[in-house]
Amino acid sequence: MKALILALALAAQAAPAGQLSADDEARAQALMREVRCMVCAGESILDSNAAQAQDMRRYVREQVAQGADDDAVREALVQRFGYAVLMRPPVDSNTILLWVTPVVLVLLGGGLLANAMRKRPTKP
Amino acid sequence: MIAELGRYLIALALLASLVQIFVAWRGAGGVGRTAYVKAGQAASEIAVLAAGAAMILLIASFLRSDFSIAYVAANSSVDKPLAYKIAASWGGHEGSMLLWCLLLAVFGYGLARFGPKDDGLRSRAVSFQGLLQTLFFGFLAFASNPFERLSPVPLQGAELNPILQDPLLVIHPPMLYVGYVGLSTAFAIAAAGLMQKTPGRALAAAIRPWALGAWTALTAGIALGAFWAYYELGWGGWWFWDPVENASFMPWLLGAALIHSSIATEKRGAFPGWTVFLALLAYILSILGAFLVRSGVITSVHAFALDPERGVWILGMLGVSSVAGFLLFALRAGSLGEGDGFEPTSKEALIGANNLLLAATSGVVLVGTLYPMLLEMMGGATISVGAPYFNAAATPLLLIAALLMPVAPFLPWSNGGLKNAVSQMRAALMLIPVAAVIIALLFAGASPLAVVGGAIGVWAISGAVMDLGQFLPVAMARGQKLLVIGRAMAHAGVGFIALGAAADASRPPDQNIALAPGESVAIAGRELTLDGVRRADGPNYMADRARILVDGGEGGVMSPERRFYAGANQTTREVALKSSIAGDLYVSVGEARLRQDGSTAFETRVAFHPLIWSLSLGAIFIVLGGGLSLTGRMRAHAPLVERDASARPAEAV
Repeated sequence: MKALILALALAAQAAPAGQLSADDEARAQALMREVRCMVCAGESILDSNAAQAQDMRRYVREQVAQGADDDAVREALVQRFGYAVLMRPPVDSNTILLWVTPVVLVLLGGGLLANAMRKRPTKP
Repeated sequence: MIAELGRYLIALALLASLVQIFVAWRGAGGVGRTAYVKAGQAASEIAVLAAGAAMILLIASFLRSDFSIAYVAANSSVDKPLAYKIAASWGGHEGSMLLWCLLLAVFGYGLARFGPKDDGLRSRAVSFQGLLQTLFFGFLAFASNPFERLSPVPLQGAELNPILQDPLLVIHPPMLYVGYVGLSTAFAIAAAGLMQKTPGRALAAAIRPWALGAWTALTAGIALGAFWAYYELGWGGWWFWDPVENASFMPWLLGAALIHSSIATEKRGAFPGWTVFLALLAYILSILGAFLVRSGVITSVHAFALDPERGVWILGMLGVSSVAGFLLFALRAGSLGEGDGFEPTSKEALIGANNLLLAATSGVVLVGTLYPMLLEMMGGATISVGAPYFNAAATPLLLIAALLMPVAPFLPWSNGGLKNAVSQMRAALMLIPVAAVIIALLFAGASPLAVVGGAIGVWAISGAVMDLGQFLPVAMARGQKLLVIGRAMAHAGVGFIALGAAADASRPPDQNIALAPGESVAIAGRELTLDGVRRADGPNYMADRARILVDGGEGGVMSPERRFYAGANQTTREVALKSSIAGDLYVSVGEARLRQDGSTAFETRVAFHPLIWSLSLGAIFIVLGGGLSLTGRMRAHAPLVERDASARPAEAV
C-alpha cells in the first residue's frame, strides 16, 4: 500500500501542471468522453479513475494544448490501441449494419403499423 | 447442517415446480377438475415456502458468517455491517439467482390465487409459470447452488465489492428482480392464451395488470440503480449505456410498449398479435439480460462473477423459453383475431407509433450491445459501441416518442381527431418554442439535441397537466379518476426525465483538479475551497474525509470521502452533494499527490449538475403513475370479479 502511494505520488510529480483554456478543456473533455478506457469495462477515459485513464487524459490534454485537431488525436489513439478505443465506432464496412439498424427497424415497424391501420374492411 | 437443509429445500422447490406444470395443466381441462386446480396451487405454495425458507437460511448463514459455504465466503466478511450482510445474500450470482427463483415461485402463486378469471387460462398460466420455475430452479440446483460447501473453511471471507456496500443497493436488486421476473407472468398468460386460443382482446385484458405491475417495479429498480451510479461511482454519471444497464433497459422498453399496446388491444381489439408477441418477448429479453450479465460474453462495470458454463445453462433456458413461446405464437397467432383498422390520427395510431419507436429503440439497444461480440466472432475488427452510438441512434427515437406522447390522450379511438386535439392543446404547443429558447439561453453550451430534448420535456409536462384538466372531471364522474391521474403522472414523469437529462447533458465542464489545503476551484458561479483533510475510519474501511467550504463557508460545508476497504483491497469515493432547486453541486476526492514543493494536493472532481432533481422526480412520477393506474384498474374491475363469482359460485373458489 505504502509503495503504491509512493509510486502514484512520483507519477504525479512527473505530470505537467499546465492548465488548458476553457475552450480547449471543453474540447478535450468532449474527446475524452468518446475514448474508451482500455482496462475498464465500457467506461470512457473521462469517467474512469483507472491509472491508464489518467495517462490517456493527460495525453489528450497535451495533444489539445499543442493544437492537434480532434481527428488527429483519435487517429493517434487508434494507432496505439485499435478501433476499440473509440466509443463511437466509425462508419465503415465492419459497422455499416450497426448504423443502418435504427433505420431498418423503424421502416419495418412503420410497415407493420401501416398494415395494422389498413385492415378496415369498409372504409367510410 | 443449514447448508444441507438449504440444498434440500431448493430441490424440493424444483420438484414442486415440476409437479405444478403437470397438475395445473390437468386442472385446465374444464368442469370437475377442481382437485387438480387446488393441487396446482398447493404445488406453487410449496415452491414458494421452500424457496422462501432457503432464502432465509442463506441470510442466516450470512449473519452467522458461515464461511464453510462458498458463496458466503466469497461475498461477506465478519466485520461487514449487519444490513450489508443481509443484502449480500442477493448481491452475488448464486444468491441473486435464488432470489430470482423465489420471485418466480411467488408470481406463480400470485397467478394461481389472483390470476386471470378464466379458469382454463389461469390454470394453464400457472402451468407455464411452473415450466419457467423448473428451468431456473434446475439451474440453481445443478449449476448455481448458493449452498455449495467450501473446504478448507477460510477464517475470513472475501469482502463484497465495497461500491456495492450502500443502502440503495440493499433494495435495488430486489426491486429490479420483481420487474424482470414479474414479466414472466405476462409470458405465462400469453402462452396459456395461445394454447387455448383465447381471443386477443380477452388475453390482453388478462396480461395488462401483471405487465403494468412488473414494469412499474422495473422502473423503480432501474431508477434506484441510476441514482446509485450518480452518487457512488464518483463522477456524476447516471446512465452509461453499459451492457448491464442495456440488459435492463430492453425489457423496460418492451414493457412500456406492452402496457400501451395492451390498452389498444383490450379496448379496441387493435394489434392483438403484436401485444401477445411483446408479452412473450419482454420476459425472454429479461432472460437474455441475465445471460449477458452472468455468462462472461460481455464485460461490464457491474457484471457478476463470470463463468462460461453458467452461460451455456442460461442460453439453454433462453432457448427453451423462446422456442416454447414463439412456436406457440407461430402456430396459434391466428386465433387472436385481427384488428379493425384505424385512422392515422386516432389513438390506436399513436399507440402504434409509440410501440414502433419503443420496440425499435429496444432493437437498437440489443444490436448495439451484441454487435462488438458478434463482429469479433465473425472475424471482424474489435470495436466498441458506447454511449455516443446510443445517444445518436436511440435517443432521437425516444424523443420522437416523447413528442407524440402528450397528444395521444386527446385523440379519439379509431377515428381521426388531430384538429380537435391541436385546438385543445394549443396552449401547451406554444410552450415548445418558448421552452427551447429559454433552455438555449440558460445552458450556454447546450447541444441542439439537448435543447430539443428539454423543450420536449416541457411540452410533455404541460401536456400532462392539460390531460388532467381536460379529462379528470369526466373520469371522476365515472369513478375512473385514478386511471387518468396515473396516466398524467407517468407521462409528466417522462417529461421530467427528458428535461433533467437534457439539462445534465448541457452542464458546465466537470473540473478535475489537484487541490492542496487552502486552494480553491470555481464552478457554476461558486467557489469551493479545500479546508483540510482528516482521517474518518468506518467499521470495515479506512477513510480520508475532506472538508470543502462553499463560497468560504457561507454556502455550507461539503465532506466527500475516499475510502480504502482492506478486506476487498479496493478504494472507493464517497461523493458529497449539495442540492438546490438549480441543481446539485457535486464533489468527490481522490488520491493524495506530492507536489514538487513538498505540499500534498488531493485529486478533486468538481461538477455542477443542473436540474438533476428532475430525473429523480420523473422516475418517482412514473412509478407513482404506474401504481395508481394499477390500483385504479383493479378497482374498476373489482365489481366484475364479484359478478363472476356470484355467477358460478361452485367453481369460483
